[in-house]
Amino acid sequence: MTASDQLEQPSKWVRALDKTGITRGGPPSNGPLYEKRKSVHNKRIDGPFRRFKWLVMVVTLAIYYITPWLRWDRGPYAPDQAVLIDLANRRFYMFDIEIWPHEFYFVAGMLIMAGIGLFLVTSAVGRAWCGYACPQTVWTDLFQHVDRFIDGDRNARMRLDKAPWGPSKIARRGGKWGIYLLISLVTGGAWILYFADAQTLFVEFFTGTASPVAYMTVAVLTGTTFWLGGFMREQVCIYMCPWPRIQAAMLDEQSLIVTYKDWRGEQRGSLKKAQKELEKYGDCIDCRECIAVCPTGIDIREGQQVGCITCALCIDACDRVMKDIGRPRGLIDYATLDQCEAEAAGAPAMPAWKALLRPRTFIYFGIWGAIGTAMLFALGTRSHTGLTVSPDRNPPFMLMKDGSVRNAYTLRLRNMEGRPRDMEIALSGLPRGAVMWTDRIGRDEAAATQKIAVPADETRVVRAYVTIPAGSSADQFTFELTSLDEQREQDAEPTTFAMPGGN
Amino acid sequence: MADKNRVDEPTGTELVGHEWDGIEELNTPLPRWWLWTFYATIAWSVVYVVLYPAWPMVSQATEGVLGWSSRGALADEMTAADMARVSTFERIAVTDITKLSADPELMGQAIAGGAAAFKQHCVQCHGAGAAGYEEYGYPNLNDDDWIWGGEIGDIEYTLTHGIRWEGSDQTRISYMPAFEGIFEREQVDALVGHVLSLSGNGSSNAVGAELYAANCVACHQASGEGDQLQGAPALNDAIWLYGNSEASIRQQILAPRHGAMPGWSDKLDPVTIRMLAAYVHSRGGGEDTAQDAPIAETSEQEAAQQEVSGAEGDDRL
Repeated sequence: MTASDQLEQPSKWVRALDKTGITRGGPPSNGPLYEKRKSVHNKRIDGPFRRFKWLVMVVTLAIYYITPWLRWDRGPYAPDQAVLIDLANRRFYMFDIEIWPHEFYFVAGMLIMAGIGLFLVTSAVGRAWCGYACPQTVWTDLFQHVDRFIDGDRNARMRLDKAPWGPSKIARRGGKWGIYLLISLVTGGAWILYFADAQTLFVEFFTGTASPVAYMTVAVLTGTTFWLGGFMREQVCIYMCPWPRIQAAMLDEQSLIVTYKDWRGEQRGSLKKAQKELEKYGDCIDCRECIAVCPTGIDIREGQQVGCITCALCIDACDRVMKDIGRPRGLIDYATLDQCEAEAAGAPAMPAWKALLRPRTFIYFGIWGAIGTAMLFALGTRSHTGLTVSPDRNPPFMLMKDGSVRNAYTLRLRNMEGRPRDMEIALSGLPRGAVMWTDRIGRDEAAATQKIAVPADETRVVRAYVTIPAGSSADQFTFELTSLDEQREQDAEPTTFAMPGGN
Repeated sequence: MADKNRVDEPTGTELVGHEWDGIEELNTPLPRWWLWTFYATIAWSVVYVVLYPAWPMVSQATEGVLGWSSRGALADEMTAADMARVSTFERIAVTDITKLSADPELMGQAIAGGAAAFKQHCVQCHGAGAAGYEEYGYPNLNDDDWIWGGEIGDIEYTLTHGIRWEGSDQTRISYMPAFEGIFEREQVDALVGHVLSLSGNGSSNAVGAELYAANCVACHQASGEGDQLQGAPALNDAIWLYGNSEASIRQQILAPRHGAMPGWSDKLDPVTIRMLAAYVHSRGGGEDTAQDAPIAETSEQEAAQQEVSGAEGDDRL
């Protein structure tokens, strides 16, 4: 029995289930507790979907590896890395966008958009994320190309698997795992470059002066990439990843998915048999090419299953066979379950793109677009100046010897621009004669407005003392902030003024 | 044990031969690696007992060969932390205290250190926010009324030597004389009225004014502005150490209360006292010294002028 034969045979349990419709409750008591993993040696294939998969792989890997090296001029006070997650200084830079911690809702918004985007794509074209863009898929695919490059295609790899260990096998395995490790190292290494200046960190990393966190991160990511991409592969998709379960729940009968059209394929029979008895056999000649090319080792003819990542390589394989034997393509095809049913009942084939136009996809797209538009609007109109005020609670107020009452406040002045700016704070809503001074200005310059310089891209914390004259009283008032430049950005924060006797 | 070699049908494992209510035990020995791990932990525990404190005795545990103890480790860490701060402390110690604020970084460190020391030594009387307690006569350190002076140097002196503190012969001492039995009841009422009128609260009267002029001006001055050199509180402002109720003022005349502030020179090192002075001065009520004008960067002359204008400001009342 070859590996592929084993794959094709439904397990004993499944057969028991088929016959009786009920499960028998666990494995037979004298058998092993777990099934051994069957290696997947997927065969090389060419076709439109494979070429698309190549394209996605090259583009996503290029984005991942190249992005940290892109530069973006932000002036003298900010880093010039185009995409940088600066955890130490709590800034997130993405080209022209700079996100501060208090604006984390932009990141939350991006995550929500990613989620709804996934709903949209999944409900429209099935598990396209799984099949093309998921990092596990991309790196597994890359490692499978390494397998093919070192060991040869499917049959050669299966032979090598069975062959006894000898110099040739050791050299091949060593070389292959070496390349795995190299890819993993580059992958883990690229990750840390997003969190610090790439050029500096790159040099530091190889001169041994980078921080231990950097080395540990690279070690962990190298290890996981090596293990998950090199050895676990489809087991991650089938057993470890929660996405297949979630994504399967997003599909419905109108989603485009990879389907085997059993009404057209059954009954299966070899080409010879089919040619002899045309009436009895369908288009499927049981050549098993669809199984041979599958990166997760499943048989799509068994129907929808969690192991199918809809990469559509089986469509490429089947279409080629159909062409060779002179039958129309699309025995295995992207189609909706509704469409398959209709075709089985004799309806004409429907163009695939029509499946995309339906209320569900429009609603998802609408929500996705609305959030995106709102985020763009918020990004475009956000102020680069901000003020927060926290009044001192202990003591809440202070009676001065001339009878005036003083409250103390901690002000945080934000300057989100890459240049130092002067800002003016004014008191609004306090009785005449109210003044303030700060720990930076001095009480001899107490006045109703104060000018404070805020360094580039920083929050300046100022302790402000606000005094109202004897005999007056106050309750609510507002700190008003204005940037003293051509933009004259403003912010205001209401706060309370505490008085003796309480209120 | 005749059954010893009997084999459990479903699992193919030998049975040990015990049976309780029809439940039998399978002979499933520990894996060898598990056993070795177990032996290793025993060996480890022996080594641990030799090296580290382990056996509890009456007052403390046995000392390990390494001499390690959690208390010692903490002490080492504390020493290391103190060593890291030594240079800052030295700079604070050698800087003229009136010029400390000229170096904002050093001043910031002094204030931070003072804030920590304040939480440990001062909050018991002066409160966490340094607002004091009027009912007990613990002064508020945030306001601008200082009985003995609010310049940073004055505060440091008070912290070092205390007020009415027996531990230092340089302590600040002043006693309000008790007029119990000297004044008649009506005289006291009149005097209380006059004293309150100094701060614009009560109504002045001839008897009170006369008594005040005869008995009080030596310390509290003619218009009640007080005298920081003698520690005589100002009576013409809004701030009262024991409150400005008539009863409180009457008590202060007849049988005055005298709070005491301990000097800290025998408990705290000079640097900590200096940092406390910086912290208290920074609470917003500290008075400027003539030399202390780094923020506004005014000349001494201007600073002096400001003091004058500040005094005029007080006269508004």
